[in-house]
Amino acid sequence: MSGRARLALSKPTTGAAGRTGSWRVFRPVIDTEKCNQCGLCQMYCPDAAIDEELNVDLNFCKGCGICANECPKKAIEMVREET
Amino acid sequence: MLMVATGNRAVAEAVREAKPVVIAAYPITPQTGIVEQIAEYVSHGVLLSRYIPVESEHSAMAACIGASATGARTFTATSSQGLLYMHEMTNWAAGARLPVVMANVNRALGPGWNIWAEHTDAIQERDTGWLQVYTGTVQEAYDTTLMAFCIAEHNDVLLPVMVNLDGFLLSHDMQPLETVDCGDFIPPLHLPHAIDPQNPIAYGPLTGPDQYYKFRWDIERSMRDSVNVIGQTQAEFARRFGRKYGFTDDYRCDDADAVVVSLGTLGKEAEVAIDALRSEGIKAGSMRVRWLRPFPKLDLAGREVVVIDRDYSFGFGGVLAHEIKAKNHIDVCSVIAGLGGQEVTYDDIAGFIKNRRIGEESWFGVTPGV
Repeated sequence: MSGRARLALSKPTTGAAGRTGSWRVFRPVIDTEKCNQCGLCQMYCPDAAIDEELNVDLNFCKGCGICANECPKKAIEMVREET
Repeated sequence: MLMVATGNRAVAEAVREAKPVVIAAYPITPQTGIVEQIAEYVSHGVLLSRYIPVESEHSAMAACIGASATGARTFTATSSQGLLYMHEMTNWAAGARLPVVMANVNRALGPGWNIWAEHTDAIQERDTGWLQVYTGTVQEAYDTTLMAFCIAEHNDVLLPVMVNLDGFLLSHDMQPLETVDCGDFIPPLHLPHAIDPQNPIAYGPLTGPDQYYKFRWDIERSMRDSVNVIGQTQAEFARRFGRKYGFTDDYRCDDADAVVVSLGTLGKEAEVAIDALRSEGIKAGSMRVRWLRPFPKLDLAGREVVVIDRDYSFGFGGVLAHEIKAKNHIDVCSVIAGLGGQEVTYDDIAGFIKNRRIGEESWFGVTPGV
Protein backbone atom coordinates (compact mmCIF):
# COMPACT_ATOMS: atom_id res chain seq x y z
CA MET A 1 0.00 0.00 0.00
CA SER A 2 1.25 3.45 -0.79
CA GLY A 3 1.12 6.39 1.58
CA ARG A 4 -2.18 6.16 3.36
CA ALA A 5 -2.75 3.50 6.02
CA ARG A 6 -6.36 2.44 5.65
CA LEU A 7 -6.30 -0.60 7.85
CA ALA A 8 -4.17 -2.35 10.41
CA LEU A 9 -1.68 -4.64 8.66
CA SER A 10 1.46 -6.32 9.93
CA LYS A 11 4.25 -8.29 8.34
CA PRO A 12 4.67 -11.73 9.89
CA THR A 13 8.05 -12.14 11.57
CA THR A 14 9.63 -15.21 13.11
CA GLY A 15 8.98 -15.42 16.82
CA ALA A 16 6.85 -12.26 17.15
CA ALA A 17 5.11 -13.93 20.11
CA GLY A 18 8.35 -15.23 21.66
CA ARG A 19 9.78 -18.74 21.65
CA THR A 20 6.53 -20.65 22.04
CA GLY A 21 8.46 -23.96 22.10
CA SER A 22 8.95 -23.35 25.82
CA TRP A 23 5.23 -24.09 26.36
CA ARG A 24 5.66 -27.66 25.14
CA VAL A 25 4.84 -30.68 27.33
CA PHE A 26 4.95 -33.34 24.60
CA ARG A 27 7.52 -33.36 21.79
CA PRO A 28 6.73 -34.86 18.33
CA VAL A 29 9.25 -37.52 17.34
CA ILE A 30 9.07 -38.69 13.72
CA ASP A 31 9.86 -42.33 12.95
CA THR A 32 11.59 -41.96 9.58
CA GLU A 33 11.13 -45.70 8.91
CA LYS A 34 7.31 -45.39 9.00
CA CYS A 35 7.12 -41.89 7.42
CA ASN A 36 6.23 -41.80 3.72
CA GLN A 37 6.87 -38.03 3.52
CA CYS A 38 3.27 -37.20 2.54
CA GLY A 39 3.63 -33.76 4.18
CA LEU A 40 0.26 -33.68 5.96
CA CYS A 41 2.00 -32.88 9.27
CA GLN A 42 3.58 -29.82 7.70
CA MET A 43 0.26 -28.75 6.17
CA TYR A 44 -1.70 -29.09 9.41
CA CYS A 45 0.89 -27.58 11.78
CA PRO A 46 -0.86 -24.44 13.11
CA ASP A 47 2.48 -22.79 13.92
CA ALA A 48 4.33 -23.53 10.67
CA ALA A 49 6.92 -25.25 12.87
CA ILE A 50 7.51 -28.10 10.36
CA ASP A 51 9.51 -27.30 7.24
CA GLU A 52 9.29 -28.90 3.78
CA GLU A 53 11.93 -31.48 4.72
CA LEU A 54 9.68 -32.34 7.69
CA ASN A 55 12.10 -31.09 10.33
CA VAL A 56 10.34 -29.83 13.48
CA ASP A 57 11.50 -26.43 14.75
CA LEU A 58 11.47 -27.06 18.47
CA ASN A 59 11.94 -23.34 19.19
CA PHE A 60 8.30 -22.82 18.13
CA CYS A 61 6.59 -26.26 18.28
CA LYS A 62 4.06 -25.99 21.15
CA GLY A 63 3.58 -29.75 21.24
CA CYS A 64 -0.12 -29.62 20.32
CA GLY A 65 0.04 -33.06 18.68
CA ILE A 66 -2.04 -32.19 15.62
CA CYS A 67 0.75 -33.57 13.38
CA ALA A 68 0.65 -36.91 15.21
CA ASN A 69 -3.14 -36.98 15.00
CA GLU A 70 -3.14 -36.30 11.25
CA CYS A 71 -0.27 -38.64 10.32
CA PRO A 72 -1.83 -41.47 8.25
CA LYS A 73 1.17 -43.74 8.97
CA LYS A 74 1.14 -43.15 12.75
CA ALA A 75 4.80 -42.23 12.31
CA ILE A 76 4.77 -39.39 14.86
CA GLU A 77 4.90 -40.16 18.55
CA MET A 78 4.30 -37.50 21.19
CA VAL A 79 6.97 -38.02 23.86
CA ARG A 80 6.74 -36.28 27.24
CA GLU A 81 9.48 -33.69 27.71
CA GLU A 82 11.81 -34.33 30.63
CA THR A 83 11.37 -31.68 33.27
CA MET B 1 -35.04 -4.11 -21.43
CA LEU B 2 -38.44 -3.07 -20.08
CA MET B 3 -40.21 -5.42 -17.70
CA VAL B 4 -42.50 -5.50 -14.71
CA ALA B 5 -40.58 -6.65 -11.67
CA THR B 6 -40.51 -6.78 -7.89
CA GLY B 7 -37.85 -4.92 -5.91
CA ASN B 8 -36.25 -8.29 -5.20
CA ARG B 9 -36.02 -9.06 -8.91
CA ALA B 10 -34.67 -5.57 -9.64
CA VAL B 11 -31.80 -6.00 -7.19
CA ALA B 12 -31.03 -9.46 -8.57
CA GLU B 13 -31.02 -8.04 -12.13
CA ALA B 14 -28.59 -5.32 -11.07
CA VAL B 15 -26.32 -7.89 -9.42
CA ARG B 16 -26.39 -9.96 -12.60
CA GLU B 17 -25.22 -6.87 -14.49
CA ALA B 18 -22.52 -6.02 -11.91
CA LYS B 19 -21.13 -9.60 -12.04
CA PRO B 20 -19.72 -10.14 -8.56
CA VAL B 21 -17.09 -12.87 -8.30
CA VAL B 22 -18.51 -14.22 -5.04
CA ILE B 23 -22.05 -14.14 -3.64
CA ALA B 24 -22.73 -15.63 -0.21
CA ALA B 25 -26.16 -15.89 1.34
CA TYR B 26 -28.24 -17.73 3.89
CA PRO B 27 -31.67 -18.60 2.53
CA ILE B 28 -34.11 -18.84 5.45
CA THR B 29 -36.80 -16.29 6.47
CA PRO B 30 -36.51 -13.29 6.67
CA GLN B 31 -34.28 -13.67 3.59
CA THR B 32 -35.97 -12.63 0.35
CA GLY B 33 -36.27 -13.62 -3.28
CA ILE B 34 -33.15 -11.58 -4.10
CA VAL B 35 -30.79 -14.43 -3.32
CA GLU B 36 -33.19 -17.04 -4.74
CA GLN B 37 -33.23 -15.20 -8.06
CA ILE B 38 -29.44 -14.84 -8.06
CA ALA B 39 -29.06 -18.56 -7.25
CA GLU B 40 -31.18 -19.28 -10.32
CA TYR B 41 -28.95 -17.08 -12.51
CA VAL B 42 -25.87 -18.91 -11.23
CA SER B 43 -27.38 -22.39 -11.62
CA HIS B 44 -28.52 -21.54 -15.17
CA GLY B 45 -25.08 -20.21 -16.03
CA VAL B 46 -26.22 -16.67 -16.88
CA LEU B 47 -24.14 -15.33 -13.97
CA LEU B 48 -20.68 -16.84 -13.59
CA SER B 49 -20.28 -16.07 -9.88
CA ARG B 50 -19.25 -18.44 -7.13
CA TYR B 51 -22.40 -18.77 -5.00
CA ILE B 52 -21.72 -19.89 -1.42
CA PRO B 53 -24.86 -21.06 0.45
CA VAL B 54 -23.54 -20.57 3.97
CA GLU B 55 -24.99 -21.71 7.30
CA SER B 56 -25.88 -18.29 8.74
CA GLU B 57 -25.88 -14.56 7.98
CA HIS B 58 -22.82 -14.16 10.19
CA SER B 59 -21.09 -16.60 7.85
CA ALA B 60 -22.52 -14.90 4.76
CA MET B 61 -20.81 -11.66 5.71
CA ALA B 62 -17.67 -13.52 6.80
CA ALA B 63 -17.53 -15.25 3.39
CA CYS B 64 -17.92 -11.90 1.63
CA ILE B 65 -15.16 -10.46 3.81
CA GLY B 66 -12.78 -13.30 2.96
CA ALA B 67 -13.55 -13.11 -0.75
CA SER B 68 -13.39 -9.33 -0.82
CA ALA B 69 -9.98 -9.36 0.88
CA THR B 70 -8.61 -11.12 -2.21
CA GLY B 71 -9.80 -8.21 -4.34
CA ALA B 72 -12.94 -9.96 -5.63
CA ARG B 73 -16.25 -8.15 -6.10
CA THR B 74 -18.77 -9.49 -3.56
CA PHE B 75 -22.48 -9.24 -2.86
CA THR B 76 -24.94 -10.52 -0.31
CA ALA B 77 -28.52 -9.74 0.68
CA THR B 78 -30.31 -9.99 3.98
CA SER B 79 -33.15 -8.58 6.07
CA SER B 80 -34.04 -7.69 9.67
CA GLN B 81 -32.97 -10.51 12.06
CA GLY B 82 -30.45 -11.72 9.48
CA LEU B 83 -28.84 -8.29 9.29
CA LEU B 84 -28.56 -8.17 13.07
CA TYR B 85 -26.99 -11.62 13.12
CA MET B 86 -24.28 -10.18 10.81
CA HIS B 87 -23.58 -7.26 13.10
CA GLU B 88 -20.14 -8.34 14.30
CA MET B 89 -19.07 -8.94 10.71
CA THR B 90 -20.58 -5.74 9.27
CA ASN B 91 -18.24 -3.84 11.60
CA TRP B 92 -15.36 -5.99 10.41
CA ALA B 93 -16.13 -5.42 6.71
CA ALA B 94 -16.03 -1.66 7.16
CA GLY B 95 -12.97 -1.67 9.43
CA ALA B 96 -11.10 -3.93 7.00
CA ARG B 97 -12.01 -1.47 4.22
CA LEU B 98 -13.72 -4.06 2.05
CA PRO B 99 -16.19 -2.80 -0.59
CA VAL B 100 -18.88 -5.43 -0.01
CA VAL B 101 -22.27 -4.48 -1.48
CA MET B 102 -25.35 -5.73 0.36
CA ALA B 103 -29.05 -5.33 -0.25
CA ASN B 104 -31.10 -5.14 2.93
CA VAL B 105 -34.85 -5.56 2.85
CA ASN B 106 -36.04 -3.38 5.73
CA ARG B 107 -38.21 -5.38 8.08
CA ALA B 108 -39.26 -5.09 11.70
CA LEU B 109 -37.45 -6.94 14.48
CA GLY B 110 -39.03 -9.43 16.84
CA PRO B 111 -40.75 -9.88 19.13
CA GLY B 112 -43.55 -9.92 18.16
CA TRP B 113 -42.64 -11.77 15.07
CA ASN B 114 -43.28 -9.39 12.18
CA ILE B 115 -41.74 -9.39 8.74
CA TRP B 116 -43.31 -6.15 7.48
CA ALA B 117 -41.55 -2.91 6.63
CA GLU B 118 -39.55 -0.98 9.22
CA HIS B 119 -36.17 0.75 9.14
CA THR B 120 -34.94 -0.04 12.66
CA ASP B 121 -32.93 -3.02 11.35
CA ALA B 122 -30.70 -0.89 9.13
CA ILE B 123 -30.70 2.01 11.58
CA GLN B 124 -29.10 -0.32 14.14
CA GLU B 125 -26.22 -0.71 11.64
CA ARG B 126 -25.88 3.06 11.30
CA ASP B 127 -22.56 3.41 13.12
CA THR B 128 -20.67 0.50 11.57
CA GLY B 129 -18.91 2.47 8.82
CA TRP B 130 -21.20 1.27 6.03
CA LEU B 131 -22.65 3.71 3.55
CA GLN B 132 -26.45 3.44 3.65
CA VAL B 133 -28.88 4.34 0.89
CA TYR B 134 -32.69 3.97 1.01
CA THR B 135 -34.69 3.49 -2.18
CA GLY B 136 -38.28 4.36 -3.02
CA THR B 137 -39.11 2.53 -6.26
CA VAL B 138 -38.23 -0.73 -7.99
CA GLN B 139 -36.34 1.23 -10.67
CA GLU B 140 -34.41 3.10 -8.01
CA ALA B 141 -33.50 -0.16 -6.23
CA TYR B 142 -32.05 -1.43 -9.52
CA ASP B 143 -30.18 1.77 -10.40
CA THR B 144 -28.88 2.27 -6.88
CA THR B 145 -27.55 -1.28 -6.63
CA LEU B 146 -25.52 -0.71 -9.82
CA MET B 147 -24.19 2.58 -8.45
CA ALA B 148 -23.40 0.99 -5.08
CA PHE B 149 -20.63 -1.11 -6.63
CA CYS B 150 -19.01 1.98 -8.24
CA ILE B 151 -19.16 3.90 -4.97
CA ALA B 152 -18.02 1.13 -2.60
CA GLU B 153 -15.10 0.15 -4.83
CA HIS B 154 -13.92 3.70 -5.56
CA ASN B 155 -10.37 4.25 -4.29
CA ASP B 156 -11.47 7.30 -2.30
CA VAL B 157 -14.12 5.23 -0.49
CA LEU B 158 -13.31 1.51 -0.09
CA LEU B 159 -16.15 1.02 2.35
CA PRO B 160 -19.13 -1.34 2.14
CA VAL B 161 -22.49 -0.07 0.89
CA MET B 162 -25.93 -1.17 2.08
CA VAL B 163 -28.82 -0.68 -0.36
CA ASN B 164 -32.12 -0.62 1.54
CA LEU B 165 -35.56 -1.39 0.21
CA ASP B 166 -38.76 -1.57 2.24
CA GLY B 167 -40.02 -5.04 3.06
CA PHE B 168 -43.02 -6.02 0.91
CA LEU B 169 -43.80 -2.39 -0.05
CA LEU B 170 -40.82 -2.50 -2.39
CA SER B 171 -39.28 -5.98 -2.14
CA HIS B 172 -42.47 -7.75 -3.24
CA ASP B 173 -44.30 -4.98 -5.10
CA MET B 174 -44.29 -5.12 -8.88
CA GLN B 175 -43.51 -1.94 -10.81
CA PRO B 176 -42.11 -1.15 -14.27
CA LEU B 177 -38.36 -1.69 -14.50
CA GLU B 178 -35.99 -0.70 -17.27
CA THR B 179 -32.72 -2.65 -17.10
CA VAL B 180 -29.58 -1.35 -18.75
CA ASP B 181 -26.50 -2.77 -20.38
CA CYS B 182 -24.10 -1.16 -17.94
CA GLY B 183 -21.01 -1.63 -20.16
CA ASP B 184 -17.97 -0.16 -18.41
CA PHE B 185 -20.04 1.91 -15.97
CA ILE B 186 -18.65 -0.16 -13.08
CA PRO B 187 -14.86 -0.16 -13.45
CA PRO B 188 -12.86 -3.28 -12.50
CA LEU B 189 -12.10 -3.50 -8.77
CA HIS B 190 -8.48 -2.82 -7.82
CA LEU B 191 -8.27 -3.28 -4.07
CA PRO B 192 -4.95 -1.73 -2.98
CA HIS B 193 -4.68 -4.02 0.05
CA ALA B 194 -5.76 -7.25 -1.65
CA ILE B 195 -4.20 -10.45 -0.32
CA ASP B 196 -1.02 -11.32 -2.22
CA PRO B 197 0.40 -14.79 -1.48
CA GLN B 198 3.84 -13.59 -2.63
CA ASN B 199 3.78 -10.88 0.02
CA PRO B 200 2.25 -12.33 3.20
CA ILE B 201 0.61 -9.80 5.50
CA ALA B 202 -1.45 -10.24 8.68
CA TYR B 203 -4.84 -8.48 8.44
CA GLY B 204 -6.47 -6.79 11.41
CA PRO B 205 -3.72 -7.64 13.90
CA LEU B 206 -3.48 -6.36 17.46
CA THR B 207 -3.60 -2.57 17.22
CA GLY B 208 -2.68 -0.56 20.27
CA PRO B 209 -4.05 2.69 21.70
CA ASP B 210 -1.34 4.60 19.83
CA GLN B 211 -2.59 3.39 16.43
CA TYR B 212 -6.26 2.36 16.57
CA TYR B 213 -7.80 5.82 16.32
CA LYS B 214 -5.90 6.49 13.07
CA PHE B 215 -7.82 3.74 11.29
CA ARG B 216 -11.12 4.99 12.71
CA TRP B 217 -10.29 8.48 11.44
CA ASP B 218 -9.51 7.04 8.01
CA ILE B 219 -13.03 5.55 7.86
CA GLU B 220 -14.46 8.97 8.61
CA ARG B 221 -12.14 10.62 6.08
CA SER B 222 -13.39 8.21 3.42
CA MET B 223 -17.01 8.80 4.49
CA ARG B 224 -16.48 12.51 3.87
CA ASP B 225 -14.73 11.82 0.55
CA SER B 226 -17.60 9.52 -0.44
CA VAL B 227 -19.87 12.56 -0.77
CA ASN B 228 -18.03 13.59 -3.94
CA VAL B 229 -17.84 10.04 -5.22
CA ILE B 230 -21.60 9.58 -4.77
CA GLY B 231 -22.25 12.87 -6.56
CA GLN B 232 -19.96 11.94 -9.46
CA THR B 233 -21.40 8.44 -9.73
CA GLN B 234 -25.01 9.69 -9.76
CA ALA B 235 -24.07 12.31 -12.40
CA GLU B 236 -22.34 9.70 -14.55
CA PHE B 237 -25.34 7.39 -14.20
CA ALA B 238 -27.65 10.18 -15.35
CA ARG B 239 -25.34 10.95 -18.29
CA ARG B 240 -25.27 7.33 -19.44
CA PHE B 241 -28.74 6.11 -18.61
CA GLY B 242 -30.84 9.27 -18.23
CA ARG B 243 -32.13 8.77 -14.70
CA LYS B 244 -31.13 11.40 -12.14
CA TYR B 245 -30.58 10.76 -8.46
CA GLY B 246 -29.45 13.02 -5.63
CA PHE B 247 -28.73 12.68 -1.93
CA THR B 248 -32.42 13.43 -1.48
CA ASP B 249 -35.42 13.09 -3.77
CA ASP B 250 -37.18 16.44 -3.53
CA TYR B 251 -40.80 16.85 -4.62
CA ARG B 252 -42.34 20.34 -4.95
CA CYS B 253 -40.02 21.67 -2.24
CA ASP B 254 -38.89 24.90 -3.93
CA ASP B 255 -41.67 27.19 -2.67
CA ALA B 256 -42.89 24.93 0.14
CA ASP B 257 -43.73 26.35 3.57
CA ALA B 258 -43.89 22.86 5.08
CA VAL B 259 -41.68 19.92 4.10
CA VAL B 260 -42.22 16.30 5.08
CA VAL B 261 -38.99 14.29 5.35
CA SER B 262 -38.87 10.49 5.30
CA LEU B 263 -36.99 7.40 4.12
CA GLY B 264 -37.97 4.78 1.55
CA THR B 265 -41.46 4.21 0.20
CA LEU B 266 -43.03 6.62 2.71
CA GLY B 267 -41.43 9.38 0.63
CA LYS B 268 -43.19 8.19 -2.53
CA GLU B 269 -46.53 7.98 -0.68
CA ALA B 270 -45.84 11.51 0.56
CA GLU B 271 -45.70 12.80 -3.03
CA VAL B 272 -49.37 11.91 -3.47
CA ALA B 273 -50.15 13.68 -0.20
CA ILE B 274 -48.29 16.77 -1.44
CA ASP B 275 -50.36 16.91 -4.64
CA ALA B 276 -53.56 16.68 -2.57
CA LEU B 277 -52.43 19.44 -0.20
CA ARG B 278 -51.35 21.65 -3.11
CA SER B 279 -54.80 21.29 -4.64
CA GLU B 280 -56.17 22.65 -1.36
CA GLY B 281 -53.76 25.60 -1.62
CA ILE B 282 -51.34 24.34 1.05
CA LYS B 283 -47.73 24.86 0.00
CA ALA B 284 -46.15 21.59 1.04
CA GLY B 285 -43.25 19.54 -0.31
CA SER B 286 -41.64 16.16 0.26
CA MET B 287 -37.95 15.49 0.80
CA ARG B 288 -37.09 11.82 0.71
CA VAL B 289 -33.64 11.19 2.18
CA ARG B 290 -31.79 8.64 0.04
CA TRP B 291 -28.37 8.58 1.69
CA LEU B 292 -28.46 8.24 5.48
CA ARG B 293 -24.67 7.68 5.61
CA PRO B 294 -22.96 9.86 4.65
CA PHE B 295 -25.73 12.11 5.97
CA PRO B 296 -26.53 14.84 3.44
CA LYS B 297 -26.85 18.57 3.88
CA LEU B 298 -30.58 19.25 3.74
CA ASP B 299 -32.02 22.47 2.36
CA LEU B 300 -34.64 23.08 5.04
CA ALA B 301 -33.98 26.72 5.98
CA GLY B 302 -37.16 28.69 6.55
CA ARG B 303 -39.51 25.71 6.31
CA GLU B 304 -41.61 23.95 8.90
CA VAL B 305 -40.38 20.36 8.93
CA VAL B 306 -42.35 17.19 9.61
CA VAL B 307 -40.19 14.06 9.89
CA ILE B 308 -41.75 10.62 9.61
CA ASP B 309 -39.69 7.90 11.26
CA ARG B 310 -40.35 4.27 10.42
CA ASP B 311 -37.86 3.47 13.22
CA TYR B 312 -37.33 4.37 16.84
CA SER B 313 -34.56 4.76 19.39
CA PHE B 314 -36.23 3.88 22.70
CA GLY B 315 -35.73 6.46 25.40
CA PHE B 316 -34.73 9.06 22.81
CA GLY B 317 -36.90 9.44 19.72
CA GLY B 318 -37.22 8.98 15.98
CA VAL B 319 -33.71 8.60 14.60
CA LEU B 320 -34.16 10.54 11.35
CA ALA B 321 -35.93 13.38 13.19
CA HIS B 322 -33.10 13.74 15.67
CA GLU B 323 -30.38 13.53 13.02
CA ILE B 324 -32.10 16.34 11.11
CA LYS B 325 -32.49 18.41 14.29
CA ALA B 326 -28.83 17.95 15.16
CA LYS B 327 -27.42 18.57 11.68
CA ASN B 328 -29.66 21.50 10.74
CA HIS B 329 -30.03 23.13 14.18
CA ILE B 330 -33.81 23.26 13.78
CA ASP B 331 -36.79 21.89 15.63
CA VAL B 332 -39.16 19.56 13.84
CA CYS B 333 -42.49 17.84 14.20
CA SER B 334 -41.64 14.16 14.70
CA VAL B 335 -44.14 11.50 13.65
CA ILE B 336 -43.49 7.83 14.36
CA ALA B 337 -45.46 5.91 11.75
CA GLY B 338 -45.32 2.70 9.76
CA LEU B 339 -43.64 0.53 12.41
CA GLY B 340 -43.91 -3.17 11.60
CA GLY B 341 -45.69 -2.40 8.34
CA GLN B 342 -48.43 -0.26 9.95
CA GLU B 343 -50.38 1.11 7.02
CA VAL B 344 -49.68 4.80 6.32
CA THR B 345 -51.71 6.24 3.45
CA TYR B 346 -51.22 9.51 1.61
CA ASP B 347 -54.28 10.83 3.46
CA ASP B 348 -52.53 10.03 6.73
CA ILE B 349 -49.38 11.84 5.58
CA ALA B 350 -51.43 14.86 4.49
CA GLY B 351 -52.91 14.83 8.00
CA PHE B 352 -49.41 14.75 9.58
CA ILE B 353 -48.54 17.89 7.63
CA LYS B 354 -51.80 19.72 8.31
CA ASN B 355 -51.79 18.92 12.03
CA ARG B 356 -48.06 19.47 12.58
CA ARG B 357 -46.90 20.78 15.95
CA ILE B 358 -43.26 21.78 15.74
CA GLY B 359 -41.25 20.54 18.72
CA GLU B 360 -43.57 17.63 19.46
CA GLU B 361 -43.45 13.90 18.84
CA SER B 362 -46.50 11.80 18.09
CA TRP B 363 -47.00 8.12 17.42
CA PHE B 364 -49.43 7.38 14.60
CA GLY B 365 -52.36 5.43 16.03
CA VAL B 366 -51.44 6.12 19.67
CA THR B 367 -53.59 8.40 21.81
CA PRO B 368 -51.40 9.88 24.57
CA GLY B 369 -52.42 8.87 28.08
CA VAL B 370 -54.71 6.05 26.97
